[in-house]
Amino acid sequence: MKAKIIITPKKAVVDPQGKTVRSALEQMGHQGIKAVHVGKYLEIELDGTDKEIARKTLDEACHRFLSNPLIEDYKLEIE
Amino acid sequence: MNFAVLQFPASNCDQDAIHALRDVLGHPARYVWHKETSLGDADAVIVPGGFSYGDYLRCGAIARFSPVMQAVKQFADNGGLVLGICNGFQVLTEAGLLPGALVRNRDLQFHCEHIFLKTVTPDSPFTSKIPAGKLLKIPIAHGEGCYFADESTLVAFKANNQILWQYCSATGDVTEGANPNGSLLNIAGICNQRRNVAGLMPHPERASESLLGSDDGRWIFESMIAALQNKTVAQAA
Repeated sequence: MKAKIIITPKKAVVDPQGKTVRSALEQMGHQGIKAVHVGKYLEIELDGTDKEIARKTLDEACHRFLSNPLIEDYKLEIE
Repeated sequence: MNFAVLQFPASNCDQDAIHALRDVLGHPARYVWHKETSLGDADAVIVPGGFSYGDYLRCGAIARFSPVMQAVKQFADNGGLVLGICNGFQVLTEAGLLPGALVRNRDLQFHCEHIFLKTVTPDSPFTSKIPAGKLLKIPIAHGEGCYFADESTLVAFKANNQILWQYCSATGDVTEGANPNGSLLNIAGICNQRRNVAGLMPHPERASESLLGSDDGRWIFESMIAALQNKTVAQAA
């Protein structure tokens, strides 16, 4: 199994990286970009086949360690 | 007073802290490796600056789970004095010993410069000896020092007088222009509600003797020493 975790900054937190990338994209001529949010992507390779157990364990890890719930949101997918 | 200075892999201000405490201020100070589970006879703990565990994942996120931090939590829960400097401040927020978080500087740049600090309250073991109205000229050196906390935390800070230092101009004005990293309310340092744990992004240990261009940082350590000495006197009496 493989877990894919996407971590993004919360809307309330200023994201200077996202703003800078957006401005760079505009300068390159890309139009219609409302906002860019720069986050992190983690790919975790797992033993076993029980997706629900993996989800429960990794959900806790995301909340406690992999993301900081005060400043970040996360999305967890297991395939 | 016995100081414990933590050492994580990639701490790099630990020696400066030991030098300031031991050689400049004349108090015993020793390193405590991150794998140790006890702080020994420490009266106070310094969590120093650096890039603990390479700043991987988030600054302070991995250091928080090290064995020594469990001892620091217990020490803080028992009322012990803990000061986090720069990366140490980040570690303490990640550990939940201080509220809020430190995020990327507003302008994405690493700032390495002297700034001025206004001490907001003398009512803490970290600020009591700082002369009234004295601005502290202390260096900063960080890329992720923008202090963030939610609205209710900031309201609580004001109600409980938990903001210890704010970035200010050379004339003491707390302005947007004097804010090097975008910190909310120009926050450079805070303490917990119990007032025994504090963190700040600037480096007082790098401004502890005039040879280094400023000895203003001494006031923070002198405040801690005075608080510990008063406590010892109170206990003896």
